[in-house]
Amino acid sequence: MTIDHPAAVKLKERFGHLHLKVASFRGQTQIEVPGENLTQVVTFLRDDSTLGYDMLCDVTCVDYLNYPGWDKARFGMVYTFNSVAAGQPRLILRVFLGEAQLAIDSLVPLYAGAEWMEREVFDMFGVRFRGHPDLRRILTWDGFKSHPLRKDYPVTGLGERENYPVLDRDSA
Amino acid sequence: MPYTMEKGVSLLVDNPLTTPQLSAESNLWTLNFGPQHPATHTVIRLVLELDGERVVRCVPIIGYLHSGFEKNAEVLDYNQYMTIVNRMDYLEPIANEMAWVRAVETLFGVDPTPRCKVYRTILGELGRIQSHLLCVGAAALDLGAFTAFLFGFNERERIYDIVEYVSGSRFHTSWNRVGGAMKDVDDKIFVPMVKKFIDDTLPKAIDDIEKLLNRLRIFIDRTQGIGAISTAEALSWSLSGPVARASGVMRDIRKDDPYFCFENNWDGQGAAAVDFKVPIMQTGDVLARYLVRLEEMKQSIAIIRQLIDRIPGGPMNVSPEGKDVLPPKSQVYGSIEGLIQHFEMVMTNRGFTPPAGEVYGCCETANGELGYYVVSDGGKVPWRARTRPPSFIHLSVLPKMIEGHTVSDVVAVLGSLNIIAAELDR
Repeated sequence: MTIDHPAAVKLKERFGHLHLKVASFRGQTQIEVPGENLTQVVTFLRDDSTLGYDMLCDVTCVDYLNYPGWDKARFGMVYTFNSVAAGQPRLILRVFLGEAQLAIDSLVPLYAGAEWMEREVFDMFGVRFRGHPDLRRILTWDGFKSHPLRKDYPVTGLGERENYPVLDRDSA
Repeated sequence: MPYTMEKGVSLLVDNPLTTPQLSAESNLWTLNFGPQHPATHTVIRLVLELDGERVVRCVPIIGYLHSGFEKNAEVLDYNQYMTIVNRMDYLEPIANEMAWVRAVETLFGVDPTPRCKVYRTILGELGRIQSHLLCVGAAALDLGAFTAFLFGFNERERIYDIVEYVSGSRFHTSWNRVGGAMKDVDDKIFVPMVKKFIDDTLPKAIDDIEKLLNRLRIFIDRTQGIGAISTAEALSWSLSGPVARASGVMRDIRKDDPYFCFENNWDGQGAAAVDFKVPIMQTGDVLARYLVRLEEMKQSIAIIRQLIDRIPGGPMNVSPEGKDVLPPKSQVYGSIEGLIQHFEMVMTNRGFTPPAGEVYGCCETANGELGYYVVSDGGKVPWRARTRPPSFIHLSVLPKMIEGHTVSDVVAVLGSLNIIAAELDR
Protein backbone atom coordinates (compact mmCIF):
# COMPACT_ATOMS: atom_id res chain seq x y z
CA MET A 1 0.00 0.00 0.00
CA THR A 2 1.37 3.41 -0.88
CA ILE A 3 1.08 6.25 1.59
CA ASP A 4 0.25 9.51 -0.15
CA HIS A 5 -0.02 11.76 2.90
CA PRO A 6 1.80 14.98 1.88
CA ALA A 7 3.70 15.16 5.16
CA ALA A 8 4.88 11.56 4.84
CA VAL A 9 6.20 12.24 1.33
CA LYS A 10 8.02 15.41 2.40
CA LEU A 11 9.46 13.90 5.58
CA LYS A 12 10.82 10.89 3.68
CA GLU A 13 12.51 13.31 1.29
CA ARG A 14 13.99 15.53 3.99
CA PHE A 15 14.80 12.92 6.67
CA GLY A 16 15.61 9.94 4.42
CA HIS A 17 18.51 8.94 6.67
CA LEU A 18 16.17 8.34 9.63
CA HIS A 19 14.20 5.63 7.77
CA LEU A 20 10.88 6.84 9.22
CA LYS A 21 8.19 4.18 9.39
CA VAL A 22 4.82 5.25 8.02
CA ALA A 23 1.61 3.37 8.78
CA SER A 24 -1.98 3.95 7.80
CA PHE A 25 -5.20 2.65 9.36
CA ARG A 26 -8.73 3.72 8.36
CA GLY A 27 -7.25 6.51 6.25
CA GLN A 28 -5.28 8.03 9.14
CA THR A 29 -1.52 8.30 8.79
CA GLN A 30 0.93 7.76 11.62
CA ILE A 31 4.67 8.37 11.31
CA GLU A 32 7.11 6.85 13.76
CA VAL A 33 9.93 9.21 14.70
CA PRO A 34 13.03 8.41 16.79
CA GLY A 35 12.83 10.24 20.12
CA GLU A 36 16.08 12.17 19.65
CA ASN A 37 14.89 13.65 16.34
CA LEU A 38 11.44 14.76 17.49
CA THR A 39 12.19 18.49 17.86
CA GLN A 40 13.95 18.54 14.48
CA VAL A 41 11.07 16.82 12.68
CA VAL A 42 8.36 18.90 14.36
CA THR A 43 10.18 22.16 13.63
CA PHE A 44 10.33 21.16 9.98
CA LEU A 45 6.61 20.26 9.93
CA ARG A 46 5.69 23.57 11.51
CA ASP A 47 7.93 25.85 9.44
CA ASP A 48 7.58 24.24 6.01
CA SER A 49 5.36 26.57 3.98
CA THR A 50 3.30 23.91 2.19
CA LEU A 51 2.83 21.65 5.23
CA GLY A 52 2.38 24.30 7.91
CA TYR A 53 1.38 22.14 10.89
CA ASP A 54 0.75 25.20 13.04
CA MET A 55 -1.49 23.65 15.70
CA LEU A 56 -0.52 20.90 18.12
CA CYS A 57 -3.90 19.29 18.57
CA ASP A 58 -3.11 16.71 21.23
CA VAL A 59 -0.30 15.06 23.16
CA THR A 60 -0.92 11.74 24.81
CA CYS A 61 0.68 8.42 25.60
CA VAL A 62 -0.28 4.76 25.45
CA ASP A 63 1.10 2.02 27.69
CA TYR A 64 1.57 -1.22 25.70
CA LEU A 65 2.50 -3.45 28.64
CA ASN A 66 1.32 -6.98 27.71
CA TYR A 67 -0.34 -5.75 24.49
CA PRO A 68 -0.84 -8.87 22.36
CA GLY A 69 2.02 -9.34 19.92
CA TRP A 70 3.82 -6.13 20.85
CA ASP A 71 7.46 -5.88 19.75
CA LYS A 72 8.20 -2.17 20.30
CA ALA A 73 9.13 -0.20 23.43
CA ARG A 74 6.53 -0.07 26.20
CA PHE A 75 5.32 3.54 25.98
CA GLY A 76 4.07 5.12 22.77
CA MET A 77 3.76 8.91 22.65
CA VAL A 78 1.06 10.26 20.33
CA TYR A 79 1.35 13.76 18.87
CA THR A 80 -1.59 14.91 16.77
CA PHE A 81 -1.04 17.92 14.50
CA ASN A 82 -3.47 20.09 12.60
CA SER A 83 -2.58 22.28 9.66
CA VAL A 84 -4.93 25.25 9.86
CA ALA A 85 -3.58 27.83 7.41
CA ALA A 86 -2.26 25.35 4.83
CA GLY A 87 -5.22 22.97 5.18
CA GLN A 88 -3.31 19.68 5.06
CA PRO A 89 -4.87 16.53 6.52
CA ARG A 90 -4.32 15.66 10.17
CA LEU A 91 -0.99 14.03 11.02
CA ILE A 92 -0.07 11.78 13.94
CA LEU A 93 3.55 11.34 15.05
CA ARG A 94 4.52 8.40 17.24
CA VAL A 95 7.58 8.10 19.47
CA PHE A 96 8.23 4.87 21.36
CA LEU A 97 10.02 5.03 24.70
CA GLY A 98 11.35 2.23 26.86
CA GLU A 99 11.05 2.18 30.64
CA ALA A 100 14.79 2.74 31.13
CA GLN A 101 14.90 6.04 29.25
CA LEU A 102 11.46 7.49 29.87
CA ALA A 103 12.29 11.02 28.73
CA ILE A 104 11.68 13.06 25.61
CA ASP A 105 12.17 16.63 24.41
CA SER A 106 9.40 18.98 25.40
CA LEU A 107 7.49 20.71 22.61
CA VAL A 108 6.72 23.80 24.72
CA PRO A 109 9.39 25.90 22.92
CA LEU A 110 7.53 25.21 19.65
CA TYR A 111 3.89 25.16 20.78
CA ALA A 112 2.82 26.93 23.96
CA GLY A 113 -0.23 24.67 24.22
CA ALA A 114 1.97 21.63 24.88
CA GLU A 115 2.57 22.76 28.44
CA TRP A 116 -0.48 21.29 30.18
CA MET A 117 -0.84 18.34 27.85
CA GLU A 118 2.73 17.26 28.64
CA ARG A 119 2.10 17.79 32.34
CA GLU A 120 -0.85 15.44 32.10
CA VAL A 121 1.25 12.77 30.35
CA PHE A 122 3.89 13.16 33.07
CA ASP A 123 1.23 12.82 35.74
CA MET A 124 -0.51 9.82 34.21
CA PHE A 125 2.46 7.90 32.74
CA GLY A 126 5.62 9.29 34.33
CA VAL A 127 7.21 10.40 31.05
CA ARG A 128 9.72 13.21 31.71
CA PHE A 129 9.89 16.10 29.26
CA ARG A 130 13.31 17.71 28.84
CA GLY A 131 13.11 21.48 28.76
CA HIS A 132 9.56 21.73 30.14
CA PRO A 133 9.24 24.95 32.18
CA ASP A 134 6.97 23.63 34.93
CA LEU A 135 6.79 19.83 35.00
CA ARG A 136 4.50 19.11 37.94
CA ARG A 137 1.58 16.79 38.48
CA ILE A 138 -1.65 18.35 37.24
CA LEU A 139 -4.66 16.09 37.88
CA THR A 140 -3.40 14.23 40.93
CA TRP A 141 -1.76 15.88 43.94
CA ASP A 142 1.91 16.52 44.59
CA GLY A 143 2.45 13.69 47.07
CA PHE A 144 0.87 11.03 44.84
CA LYS A 145 3.38 8.29 44.02
CA SER A 146 1.86 6.31 41.15
CA HIS A 147 1.13 6.98 37.50
CA PRO A 148 -2.50 5.86 37.23
CA LEU A 149 -2.92 5.27 33.51
CA ARG A 150 -0.08 2.75 33.39
CA LYS A 151 -1.35 -0.76 32.78
CA ASP A 152 0.19 -2.11 35.98
CA TYR A 153 -1.89 0.30 38.08
CA PRO A 154 -5.20 -1.36 39.04
CA VAL A 155 -8.54 0.28 38.20
CA THR A 156 -9.54 0.17 41.87
CA GLY A 157 -6.38 2.01 42.94
CA LEU A 158 -3.73 0.99 45.42
CA GLY A 159 -5.73 1.86 48.51
CA GLU A 160 -5.18 5.63 48.36
CA ARG A 161 -8.83 6.20 48.99
CA GLU A 162 -9.01 3.92 52.03
CA ASN A 163 -5.69 4.80 53.62
CA TYR A 164 -5.86 8.54 53.20
CA PRO A 165 -4.41 10.39 56.22
CA VAL A 166 -7.17 12.09 58.18
CA LEU A 167 -6.38 15.48 59.63
CA ASP A 168 -7.96 16.33 62.94
CA ARG A 169 -8.17 19.72 64.54
CA ASP A 170 -4.96 19.30 66.56
CA SER A 171 -2.69 18.16 63.75
CA ALA A 172 -4.09 20.52 61.09
CA MET B 1 -13.25 34.77 49.44
CA PRO B 2 -10.46 33.69 51.80
CA TYR B 3 -7.30 35.69 51.29
CA THR B 4 -4.08 36.62 52.96
CA MET B 5 -2.53 40.04 53.20
CA GLU B 6 0.74 38.82 54.63
CA LYS B 7 3.59 39.77 52.38
CA GLY B 8 5.44 36.92 50.78
CA VAL B 9 3.08 34.30 52.10
CA SER B 10 1.92 31.98 49.42
CA LEU B 11 -0.70 29.31 49.53
CA LEU B 12 1.67 27.11 47.60
CA VAL B 13 4.61 27.22 49.98
CA ASP B 14 5.75 23.66 49.47
CA ASN B 15 6.19 24.02 45.74
CA PRO B 16 9.35 25.90 44.77
CA LEU B 17 8.14 26.42 41.22
CA THR B 18 5.06 28.31 42.22
CA THR B 19 6.22 30.09 45.33
CA PRO B 20 6.02 33.76 44.41
CA GLN B 21 9.26 35.70 44.33
CA LEU B 22 8.20 38.58 46.48
CA SER B 23 10.61 41.05 47.97
CA ALA B 24 10.05 42.60 51.37
CA GLU B 25 9.15 45.96 49.83
CA SER B 26 6.84 44.51 47.23
CA ASN B 27 3.18 45.39 47.49
CA LEU B 28 2.02 42.17 45.94
CA TRP B 29 -0.45 40.04 47.79
CA THR B 30 -1.95 36.65 47.16
CA LEU B 31 -5.62 35.90 46.70
CA ASN B 32 -7.07 32.43 46.66
CA PHE B 33 -10.01 32.13 44.26
CA GLY B 34 -12.02 28.94 44.54
CA PRO B 35 -12.10 25.95 44.49
CA GLN B 36 -15.69 26.50 45.52
CA HIS B 37 -16.89 29.87 44.41
CA PRO B 38 -20.05 30.73 42.45
CA ALA B 39 -18.11 32.53 39.73
CA THR B 40 -15.86 29.56 38.97
CA HIS B 41 -19.11 27.66 38.18
CA THR B 42 -17.30 24.41 38.81
CA VAL B 43 -14.47 23.27 41.02
CA ILE B 44 -11.41 25.21 39.90
CA ARG B 45 -8.90 26.93 42.11
CA LEU B 46 -6.89 29.95 41.01
CA VAL B 47 -4.11 31.48 43.06
CA LEU B 48 -3.80 35.10 42.02
CA GLU B 49 -0.87 37.33 42.79
CA LEU B 50 -2.11 40.88 42.84
CA ASP B 51 -0.63 44.32 42.67
CA GLY B 52 -3.47 46.30 44.17
CA GLU B 53 -6.31 45.00 42.07
CA ARG B 54 -4.22 44.04 39.01
CA VAL B 55 -3.38 40.42 38.40
CA VAL B 56 0.38 39.96 38.12
CA ARG B 57 0.38 36.19 38.02
CA CYS B 58 -2.20 33.48 38.05
CA VAL B 59 -1.64 29.81 38.84
CA PRO B 60 -4.63 27.55 38.13
CA ILE B 61 -4.81 24.40 40.26
CA ILE B 62 -7.08 21.70 38.90
CA GLY B 63 -7.84 18.05 39.49
CA TYR B 64 -10.53 18.39 42.16
CA LEU B 65 -12.96 16.42 40.01
CA HIS B 66 -10.47 13.91 38.64
CA SER B 67 -12.31 10.60 38.70
CA GLY B 68 -10.37 8.42 36.31
CA PHE B 69 -12.74 8.44 33.31
CA GLU B 70 -9.95 7.35 30.97
CA LYS B 71 -8.96 4.50 33.28
CA ASN B 72 -12.59 3.41 33.40
CA ALA B 73 -12.66 3.28 29.61
CA GLU B 74 -10.22 0.39 29.79
CA VAL B 75 -12.73 -1.85 31.56
CA LEU B 76 -15.99 -0.77 29.91
CA ASP B 77 -16.96 -1.79 26.41
CA TYR B 78 -17.58 0.66 23.59
CA ASN B 79 -21.28 1.08 24.30
CA GLN B 80 -20.95 1.14 28.08
CA TYR B 81 -18.41 3.96 27.96
CA MET B 82 -21.10 6.10 26.28
CA THR B 83 -22.59 6.69 29.73
CA ILE B 84 -19.30 8.14 30.96
CA VAL B 85 -18.66 10.18 27.84
CA ASN B 86 -21.82 12.24 28.27
CA ARG B 87 -20.83 13.06 31.83
CA MET B 88 -17.79 14.97 30.59
CA ASP B 89 -19.18 18.19 29.17
CA TYR B 90 -22.51 18.10 30.97
CA LEU B 91 -23.81 21.26 29.31
CA GLU B 92 -24.29 19.30 26.09
CA PRO B 93 -24.26 15.61 26.99
CA ILE B 94 -25.62 14.49 23.65
CA ALA B 95 -22.92 16.24 21.62
CA ASN B 96 -20.18 14.44 23.55
CA GLU B 97 -21.56 11.11 22.42
CA MET B 98 -21.26 12.21 18.80
CA ALA B 99 -17.49 12.56 19.10
CA TRP B 100 -17.18 9.18 20.81
CA VAL B 101 -19.34 7.32 18.29
CA ARG B 102 -17.50 8.99 15.45
CA ALA B 103 -14.14 7.75 16.76
CA VAL B 104 -15.45 4.27 17.55
CA GLU B 105 -17.32 3.89 14.27
CA THR B 106 -14.15 4.86 12.42
CA LEU B 107 -12.39 2.10 14.35
CA PHE B 108 -15.09 -0.48 13.56
CA GLY B 109 -15.38 0.73 9.99
CA VAL B 110 -19.13 1.29 10.32
CA ASP B 111 -20.98 3.94 8.33
CA PRO B 112 -24.25 4.92 10.07
CA THR B 113 -27.52 5.01 8.15
CA PRO B 114 -28.75 8.31 6.60
CA ARG B 115 -31.59 8.52 9.12
CA CYS B 116 -29.16 8.13 11.98
CA LYS B 117 -26.86 10.79 10.54
CA VAL B 118 -29.69 13.32 10.29
CA TYR B 119 -30.80 12.65 13.84
CA ARG B 120 -27.26 12.92 15.13
CA THR B 121 -26.69 16.17 13.29
CA ILE B 122 -29.90 17.73 14.61
CA LEU B 123 -29.28 16.57 18.18
CA GLY B 124 -25.64 17.66 17.98
CA GLU B 125 -26.73 21.15 16.97
CA LEU B 126 -29.33 21.21 19.73
CA GLY B 127 -26.49 20.34 22.07
CA ARG B 128 -24.48 23.27 20.77
CA ILE B 129 -27.41 25.63 21.33
CA GLN B 130 -27.89 24.15 24.80
CA SER B 131 -24.29 24.82 25.76
CA HIS B 132 -24.10 28.28 24.18
CA LEU B 133 -27.31 29.40 25.87
CA LEU B 134 -25.87 28.63 29.26
CA CYS B 135 -22.44 30.01 28.44
CA VAL B 136 -23.82 33.31 27.13
CA GLY B 137 -26.25 33.55 30.03
CA ALA B 138 -23.69 32.67 32.68
CA ALA B 139 -21.14 35.07 31.21
CA ALA B 140 -23.70 37.83 31.68
CA LEU B 141 -24.64 36.49 35.10
CA ASP B 142 -21.04 36.81 36.28
CA LEU B 143 -21.09 40.44 35.22
CA GLY B 144 -24.32 41.07 37.10
CA ALA B 145 -26.98 40.62 34.42
CA PHE B 146 -29.14 37.90 35.92
CA THR B 147 -32.03 38.23 33.45
CA ALA B 148 -30.04 37.08 30.42
CA PHE B 149 -29.21 33.89 32.29
CA LEU B 150 -32.89 33.16 32.85
CA PHE B 151 -33.73 33.87 29.19
CA GLY B 152 -31.13 31.28 28.27
CA PHE B 153 -32.13 28.74 30.88
CA ASN B 154 -35.80 28.80 29.89
CA GLU B 155 -34.86 27.60 26.43
CA ARG B 156 -32.55 24.94 27.81
CA GLU B 157 -35.61 23.44 29.48
CA ARG B 158 -37.21 22.97 26.07
CA ILE B 159 -34.10 21.19 24.79
CA TYR B 160 -34.28 18.93 27.85
CA ASP B 161 -37.87 18.15 26.84
CA ILE B 162 -36.76 17.19 23.33
CA VAL B 163 -33.90 14.95 24.46
CA GLU B 164 -36.16 13.45 27.09
CA TYR B 165 -38.56 12.44 24.35
CA VAL B 166 -35.72 11.04 22.25
CA SER B 167 -33.79 9.16 24.93
CA GLY B 168 -35.99 8.93 27.99
CA SER B 169 -33.54 10.96 30.02
CA ARG B 170 -33.46 14.71 30.43
CA PHE B 171 -29.80 15.11 31.15
CA HIS B 172 -27.41 12.24 30.58
CA THR B 173 -28.90 10.88 27.43
CA SER B 174 -26.74 7.87 26.43
CA TRP B 175 -28.89 7.63 23.33
CA ASN B 176 -26.21 6.83 20.77
CA ARG B 177 -24.91 3.35 20.16
CA VAL B 178 -22.11 2.16 17.95
CA GLY B 179 -23.72 1.84 14.52
CA GLY B 180 -26.96 3.56 15.45
CA ALA B 181 -29.02 4.52 18.43
CA MET B 182 -30.65 3.07 21.50
CA LYS B 183 -34.09 3.27 19.92
CA ASP B 184 -35.79 4.77 16.93
CA VAL B 185 -37.66 8.06 17.25
CA ASP B 186 -41.18 8.85 16.09
CA ASP B 187 -40.86 11.67 13.56
CA LYS B 188 -44.48 12.69 14.06
CA ILE B 189 -43.73 13.82 17.60
CA PHE B 190 -40.10 14.82 17.27
CA VAL B 191 -40.44 17.13 14.24
CA PRO B 192 -43.22 19.40 15.62
CA MET B 193 -41.39 19.63 18.95
CA VAL B 194 -38.16 20.78 17.32
CA LYS B 195 -39.98 23.08 14.89
CA LYS B 196 -41.84 24.80 17.67
CA PHE B 197 -38.56 25.29 19.48
CA ILE B 198 -36.50 26.68 16.60
CA ASP B 199 -39.30 28.71 15.00
CA ASP B 200 -41.14 30.16 17.98
CA THR B 201 -39.34 30.19 21.26
CA LEU B 202 -35.60 30.12 20.62
CA PRO B 203 -35.26 33.03 18.13
CA LYS B 204 -37.26 35.16 20.54
CA ALA B 205 -34.98 34.29 23.44
CA ILE B 206 -31.83 34.98 21.42
CA ASP B 207 -33.40 38.25 20.36
CA ASP B 208 -34.10 39.12 23.99
CA ILE B 209 -30.54 38.35 25.04
CA GLU B 210 -29.20 40.44 22.15
CA LYS B 211 -31.44 43.38 22.95
CA LEU B 212 -30.46 43.20 26.57
CA LEU B 213 -26.71 42.87 26.23
CA ASN B 214 -25.38 43.90 22.83
CA ARG B 215 -25.80 47.60 23.42
CA LEU B 216 -25.56 47.58 27.17
CA ARG B 217 -22.87 50.08 28.14
CA ILE B 218 -21.84 48.19 31.27
CA PHE B 219 -21.61 44.85 29.50
CA ILE B 220 -19.55 46.31 26.64
CA ASP B 221 -17.20 48.09 29.00
CA ARG B 222 -16.67 44.96 31.03
CA THR B 223 -15.96 42.73 28.02
CA GLN B 224 -14.35 44.80 25.27
CA GLY B 225 -10.57 44.39 25.13
CA ILE B 226 -10.59 42.00 28.10
CA GLY B 227 -8.64 38.77 27.86
CA ALA B 228 -7.67 39.40 24.25
CA ILE B 229 -5.57 36.86 22.41
CA SER B 230 -4.16 37.11 18.90
CA THR B 231 -4.58 34.65 16.04
CA ALA B 232 -0.98 33.40 16.24
CA GLU B 233 -1.21 32.94 20.00
CA ALA B 234 -4.54 31.12 19.71
CA LEU B 235 -2.97 28.64 17.29
CA SER B 236 0.14 28.19 19.39
CA TRP B 237 -1.98 27.50 22.49
CA SER B 238 -3.97 24.84 20.55
CA LEU B 239 -7.27 26.69 21.05
CA SER B 240 -10.30 25.53 19.09
CA GLY B 241 -13.99 26.23 18.76
CA PRO B 242 -15.57 29.63 19.43
CA VAL B 243 -12.59 30.76 21.51
CA ALA B 244 -10.22 30.28 18.57
CA ARG B 245 -12.69 31.65 16.03
CA ALA B 246 -13.15 34.82 18.07
CA SER B 247 -9.40 35.29 17.65
CA GLY B 248 -9.56 34.90 13.88
CA VAL B 249 -8.57 31.23 13.52
CA MET B 250 -10.49 29.97 10.49
CA ARG B 251 -11.14 26.44 11.55
CA ASP B 252 -14.30 24.46 12.10
CA ILE B 253 -14.19 20.67 12.02
CA ARG B 254 -17.66 20.64 10.48
CA LYS B 255 -16.07 22.26 7.41
CA ASP B 256 -12.47 21.01 7.55
CA ASP B 257 -13.01 17.37 8.48
CA PRO B 258 -16.74 16.94 7.86
CA TYR B 259 -18.87 14.20 9.37
CA PHE B 260 -22.55 13.17 9.45
CA CYS B 261 -24.62 15.65 7.40
CA PHE B 262 -21.77 18.14 7.13
CA GLU B 263 -20.25 15.83 4.53
CA ASN B 264 -21.24 15.83 0.89
CA ASN B 265 -23.11 12.72 -0.25
CA TRP B 266 -23.98 11.75 3.30
CA ASP B 267 -26.96 9.63 2.27
CA GLY B 268 -25.10 7.78 -0.47
CA GLN B 269 -27.40 9.32 -3.09
CA GLY B 270 -25.58 12.58 -3.67
CA ALA B 271 -27.16 14.79 -1.00
CA ALA B 272 -25.24 18.01 -0.54
CA ALA B 273 -23.75 18.92 2.81
CA VAL B 274 -25.81 21.26 4.96
CA ASP B 275 -25.10 24.88 4.23
CA PHE B 276 -24.01 27.18 7.01
CA LYS B 277 -21.54 29.95 7.74
CA VAL B 278 -18.77 29.94 10.31
CA PRO B 279 -18.63 33.21 12.26
CA ILE B 280 -15.11 34.60 12.71
CA MET B 281 -14.00 37.67 14.65
CA GLN B 282 -10.58 39.23 14.91
CA THR B 283 -10.44 40.97 18.28
CA GLY B 284 -10.22 37.79 20.38
CA ASP B 285 -11.59 39.39 23.54
CA VAL B 286 -14.47 38.37 25.80
CA LEU B 287 -16.97 40.36 23.74
CA ALA B 288 -15.87 38.64 20.53
CA ARG B 289 -16.36 35.21 22.10
CA TYR B 290 -19.84 36.20 23.22
CA LEU B 291 -20.78 37.48 19.77
CA VAL B 292 -19.37 34.40 18.01
CA ARG B 293 -21.43 32.14 20.28
CA LEU B 294 -24.60 34.14 19.58
CA GLU B 295 -24.07 33.88 15.83
CA GLU B 296 -23.26 30.17 16.07
CA MET B 297 -26.65 29.57 17.68
CA LYS B 298 -28.35 31.25 14.72
CA GLN B 299 -26.32 29.11 12.31
CA SER B 300 -27.31 26.01 14.26
CA ILE B 301 -30.96 26.97 13.84
CA ALA B 302 -30.34 27.29 10.10
CA ILE B 303 -28.74 23.82 10.02
CA ILE B 304 -31.67 22.25 11.85
CA ARG B 305 -34.16 24.01 9.53
CA GLN B 306 -32.48 22.47 6.49
CA LEU B 307 -32.74 18.98 7.89
CA ILE B 308 -35.94 18.87 9.90
CA ASP B 309 -38.27 18.46 6.90
CA ARG B 310 -36.18 15.89 5.12
CA ILE B 311 -35.50 13.24 7.75
CA PRO B 312 -35.19 10.09 5.66
CA GLY B 313 -37.09 6.96 6.57
CA GLY B 314 -35.51 3.57 6.77
CA PRO B 315 -33.69 1.95 9.63
CA MET B 316 -31.93 3.87 12.39
CA ASN B 317 -29.31 1.22 12.99
CA VAL B 318 -26.97 -0.36 10.53
CA SER B 319 -27.97 -3.93 9.71
CA PRO B 320 -27.48 -6.31 12.62
CA GLU B 321 -26.25 -8.81 10.02
CA GLY B 322 -22.86 -7.23 10.43
CA LYS B 323 -23.01 -8.17 14.14
CA ASP B 324 -22.20 -4.60 15.10
CA VAL B 325 -25.41 -3.43 16.75
CA LEU B 326 -28.03 -4.89 19.04
CA PRO B 327 -31.07 -6.18 17.13
CA PRO B 328 -34.41 -4.41 17.69
CA LYS B 329 -36.33 -5.63 20.74
CA SER B 330 -39.18 -7.00 18.60
CA GLN B 331 -36.70 -9.38 16.98
CA VAL B 332 -35.15 -10.30 20.32
CA TYR B 333 -38.49 -11.35 21.76
CA GLY B 334 -40.00 -12.64 18.53
CA SER B 335 -37.32 -14.70 16.83
CA ILE B 336 -34.63 -17.13 17.84
CA GLU B 337 -32.02 -15.44 15.62
CA GLY B 338 -32.66 -12.09 17.26
CA LEU B 339 -32.35 -13.63 20.70
CA ILE B 340 -29.07 -15.34 19.82
CA GLN B 341 -27.73 -12.14 18.27
CA HIS B 342 -28.68 -10.17 21.38
CA PHE B 343 -26.87 -12.56 23.70
CA GLU B 344 -23.84 -12.76 21.43
CA MET B 345 -23.55 -9.01 21.83
CA VAL B 346 -24.11 -8.60 25.53
CA MET B 347 -22.36 -11.66 26.93
CA THR B 348 -18.90 -10.84 28.14
CA ASN B 349 -17.16 -13.76 26.50
CA ARG B 350 -18.60 -13.11 23.02
CA GLY B 351 -19.22 -9.50 22.31
CA PHE B 352 -18.59 -7.41 19.26
CA THR B 353 -14.95 -6.65 18.73
CA PRO B 354 -13.21 -4.14 16.49
CA PRO B 355 -9.99 -4.90 14.63
CA ALA B 356 -6.74 -4.06 16.41
CA GLY B 357 -5.73 -0.51 15.52
CA GLU B 358 -5.65 3.09 16.60
CA VAL B 359 -7.82 5.96 15.40
CA TYR B 360 -8.46 9.58 16.26
CA GLY B 361 -11.99 10.87 15.85
CA CYS B 362 -13.33 14.28 16.75
CA CYS B 363 -16.37 16.51 16.46
CA GLU B 364 -16.88 20.24 16.66
CA THR B 365 -18.73 20.55 19.94
CA ALA B 366 -19.83 23.84 21.47
CA ASN B 367 -16.52 24.28 23.28
CA GLY B 368 -14.26 23.27 20.45
CA GLU B 369 -12.57 20.16 19.18
CA LEU B 370 -13.60 17.23 21.33
CA GLY B 371 -11.55 14.28 20.18
CA TYR B 372 -11.00 10.68 21.18
CA TYR B 373 -7.88 8.68 20.49
CA VAL B 374 -9.00 5.08 20.70
CA VAL B 375 -6.54 2.18 20.83
CA SER B 376 -7.89 -1.33 20.37
CA ASP B 377 -6.11 -4.63 20.80
CA GLY B 378 -8.97 -6.46 19.14
CA GLY B 379 -10.71 -7.12 22.44
CA LYS B 380 -14.10 -6.19 23.81
CA VAL B 381 -12.91 -3.08 25.65
CA PRO B 382 -10.62 -0.29 24.43
CA TRP B 383 -6.95 -0.64 25.28
CA ARG B 384 -6.86 3.09 25.80
CA ALA B 385 -9.36 5.89 25.13
CA ARG B 386 -7.81 9.32 25.37
CA THR B 387 -10.05 12.38 25.44
CA ARG B 388 -8.85 15.60 23.92
CA PRO B 389 -10.71 17.92 26.26
CA PRO B 390 -11.25 21.47 24.97
CA SER B 391 -11.84 22.83 28.48
CA PHE B 392 -8.46 21.57 29.68
CA ILE B 393 -6.64 23.19 26.79
CA HIS B 394 -8.59 26.45 27.08
CA LEU B 395 -7.90 26.78 30.80
CA SER B 396 -4.15 26.47 30.21
CA VAL B 397 -4.23 29.84 28.44
CA LEU B 398 -6.17 31.59 31.22
CA PRO B 399 -3.06 32.88 33.09
CA LYS B 400 -1.91 34.55 29.89
CA MET B 401 -5.33 36.05 29.19
CA ILE B 402 -5.84 37.69 32.57
CA GLU B 403 -2.35 39.01 33.26
CA GLY B 404 -2.60 42.76 33.73
CA HIS B 405 -6.38 42.77 34.13
CA THR B 406 -8.25 43.31 37.37
CA VAL B 407 -9.76 40.70 39.69
CA SER B 408 -13.26 41.46 38.46
CA ASP B 409 -12.14 40.64 34.90
CA VAL B 410 -11.11 37.15 35.95
CA VAL B 411 -14.74 36.04 36.17
CA ALA B 412 -15.51 37.62 32.80
CA VAL B 413 -12.65 35.74 31.11
CA LEU B 414 -13.44 32.49 32.92
CA GLY B 415 -17.07 32.74 31.85
CA SER B 416 -16.12 33.38 28.22
CA LEU B 417 -13.94 30.24 28.10
CA ASN B 418 -16.84 28.07 29.33
CA ILE B 419 -14.71 25.76 31.44
CA ILE B 420 -16.49 22.55 32.45
CA ALA B 421 -14.66 20.93 35.35
CA ALA B 422 -15.96 17.42 34.69
CA GLU B 423 -14.31 17.55 31.28
CA LEU B 424 -11.31 19.49 32.56
CA ASP B 425 -10.36 16.89 35.17
CA ARG B 426 -12.06 13.79 33.76
